[in-house]
Amino acid sequence: MSSTPNKPVPAAPAQHGFVFLPLIAGWLIPGAGHFLLRKWGRGALLAISIVCMFAIGLAMQGKLYANAHDILEMLSLLGDLGSGLLYVVGRVMGLGPDSAQLTVADWGTRFIVVAGLLNVISAVDAHNIRTGRKS
Amino acid sequence: MFSPSHFTAVLLFGLFASTVFGITQRETPQRMFRYGLYCFCLFVGSAIVLSWVMYLIAR
Repeated sequence: MSSTPNKPVPAAPAQHGFVFLPLIAGWLIPGAGHFLLRKWGRGALLAISIVCMFAIGLAMQGKLYANAHDILEMLSLLGDLGSGLLYVVGRVMGLGPDSAQLTVADWGTRFIVVAGLLNVISAVDAHNIRTGRKS
Repeated sequence: MFSPSHFTAVLLFGLFASTVFGITQRETPQRMFRYGLYCFCLFVGSAIVLSWVMYLIAR
């Protein structure tokens, strides 16, 4: 019986440093996790998409949630927090009205929430690249 | 104040969301582009179909 020798598995390139750094950086600043991993094109496209979506939401008079009185507001606040420093800067500068009065403002509120959720997805993607689950 | 039409808002939403979906859900640039385009068409197409359904229901 012949046996084929097992091919040696090529070792993954050594990556030093804090493994959660791309995740945290990507959450705080859109695209920063990919920039840390030298994925310049992907990071730029993600940053442009998320920042534009957040800015357009604010330009449409979308609301930045500051507190939650019911479950829907709590979920929206969590979505807003996904934007990281964009949310903090928006709150500090007092951007966005206290309540969305117009239909367009309601769409803007959704744009801001979804921008935060997309930022969380991109930060997790950066973490997956860092840990080797994705190339 | 930026006040787009409903359809323009759908186009902007679909463009940004499908860009992120394409980059994060696929591995190679070609597959990223194709998946992003697929998501964009689904976003816009489903909005058009649902709009017609609601229009016909309201009549």
